[in-house]
Amino acid sequence: MKSNRKWWLDEPRNRDKLYYALWAVCVLIIIPDLFYDKHTYHEFEAWFGFYAIFGFVACVALILLAKQLRKLLKRPEDYYDR
Amino acid sequence: MIASFSTLLPPGLLLIAGAILLPLVPARLSGAYMLMLPVLGFLQLLALPAEASVTIELFGLTLELLRVDRLSLLFGYIFHIAAFLSIIYALGIRDTMQRVAALIYAGAAIAALFAGDLVTLFVYWELTAISSVFLIWASRNERAYRAGMRYLVIQVGSGVILFVGLLLHYNETGSIEFDHLGLSSMGTALIFAAFGIKCAFPLMHNWLQDAYPEATVTGTVFLSAFTTKLAVYTLARGFAGTEMLIWIGALMAAFPIFYAVIENDLRRVLAYSLNNQLGFMVVGIGVGTELALNGTAAHAFAHILYKALLFMSVGAVLLRTGTAKGSELGGLYKSMPLTAAFCIVGAASISAFPLFSGFVSKSLIMSATVDNGYLWVWLVLLFASAGVVEHAGIKVPYFAFFGPDNGTRVAEAPRSMLIAMGLTAFLCIAIGVYPAPLYLILPYATDYDPYTVTHVVTQLQLLLLAILGVAVLMRTGLYPHEQRAINLDFDWIYRKAAPIAISTMVAVAAPVDAGFRRGVISRFNRLVDGLFRHHGPRGILARTWPTGSMVLWVAILLASYLIIYYL
Repeated sequence: MKSNRKWWLDEPRNRDKLYYALWAVCVLIIIPDLFYDKHTYHEFEAWFGFYAIFGFVACVALILLAKQLRKLLKRPEDYYDR
Repeated sequence: MIASFSTLLPPGLLLIAGAILLPLVPARLSGAYMLMLPVLGFLQLLALPAEASVTIELFGLTLELLRVDRLSLLFGYIFHIAAFLSIIYALGIRDTMQRVAALIYAGAAIAALFAGDLVTLFVYWELTAISSVFLIWASRNERAYRAGMRYLVIQVGSGVILFVGLLLHYNETGSIEFDHLGLSSMGTALIFAAFGIKCAFPLMHNWLQDAYPEATVTGTVFLSAFTTKLAVYTLARGFAGTEMLIWIGALMAAFPIFYAVIENDLRRVLAYSLNNQLGFMVVGIGVGTELALNGTAAHAFAHILYKALLFMSVGAVLLRTGTAKGSELGGLYKSMPLTAAFCIVGAASISAFPLFSGFVSKSLIMSATVDNGYLWVWLVLLFASAGVVEHAGIKVPYFAFFGPDNGTRVAEAPRSMLIAMGLTAFLCIAIGVYPAPLYLILPYATDYDPYTVTHVVTQLQLLLLAILGVAVLMRTGLYPHEQRAINLDFDWIYRKAAPIAISTMVAVAAPVDAGFRRGVISRFNRLVDGLFRHHGPRGILARTWPTGSMVLWVAILLASYLIIYYL
């Protein structure tokens, strides 16, 4: 069954909108760091944007490292059946 | 003490007995009948007297078939809930073998929770292994058969190790009670290893990623709930506070996520993510404080629900499209909007977004870890938390439902599956929004409040920026594409290296062996010929001494007997 109906998400312009909205939300969520008293166990947790930067860097590093790992580990789907 | 039989029947036996009677139940009643079993079981749990105990004497051993405390009760509740939801999900599958296997499996896992001694535990431990393998074999294809075989060998092997461990432990201490054991002797170390195999510790983990994605659509949902969480329960009871578990858990939380990023089969992605979530629980057991053990119990409770929900949604996709491979899917939100929505609830829960269940359970473990000064472990767990967002939070829903549309249009999931997913999603949100009831049934009293400003804001920062990281890599084209391929993992050792090593050895040894045998055989033939010449009907010896050959053989027999005797 095929359908030609156009959905909101099919429009590249709308995908762009979502992408920039995500950027906006991410900027907004860092701003509270300026205004409230963080309850932390370690000094570095209180640094401005620590969790935000950690989340971004961790995720990007994870994906790029995993991509390198694939070079070493990737095999054809029928590898074990041969 | 006078108690009615029903309240002192060990929980779980009801499901096992119900499973055995299932083939006798008329087909149109079988659905209602199966749903009734976990409901009755749950009511029975509620009616259990506190500190209830049932013991029997067998071969001079005291077996405690029923032992109740807060830890076993919490796992008992969630195992019944999981069984109930999974049965709803599977209502449309009219395969009696699967139904019986699933009920016995769930019942055995529940009964194991209430085993007060190691022998009883061992019996149910093996029963979960033997019953659950039928959920894999029920796929009825060659791949599933072989994966099931490997699964069975490893699971039953874990039981054998448990048994040897308990024998050594009994020999040393004279006790088979299942309470805190600790890594104090060879016996308890073996028991620890047995639990570790079932908990999918690093290097012992591959049975999970190997077997679960080969099970049937509904079978995987059952499998995801019981086996590994039974292992978490036994570790929490026997080895709480064992420091080694902190390091094992941290490793478990971190390494499977790399595989999850590059794995194409979405059910296998979920299996790696299951492994990663177990890591958080194992760290909690290793830390071993009241807060940490509460965290492990709470996280197991929440995890069973959202992991089942994720497996349910991907299972529905597999049922409708015939594949669960990221490279083959995309755009399914158009034809399966409800399934997509439920998948997102599961994804938000496992990612620990505020107002979803993972948030209120994982934070207990995180707090306990940093509280007790394990800074590096805490950082690893924080890294793993960002990783969860990537593979379970974004990757699974994205590639199944929102990836590039390849034009496939299918029907929405069957109604029974939608009901199961809806109920599970409801529970995931309910626990996240109102965690008080969950906190109330934790093993230790707690006044923990996950919804502090600091915690909510920092968690949102971590998660949203991790999502941004994925989005940026996707926009820039750096994100690794889904590819029709598999990735080598530790199971390569026993699926490829060992068979190759053995066949190489055979190839090298065969000519040597054949030559040796030929030599021996020809020598033997010459000996026989010689004997025949001398002792045969026309032989010289036969003519002279008709009983000669007999005597010679007796002499040979006696001589060899003597030699063997002195050896």
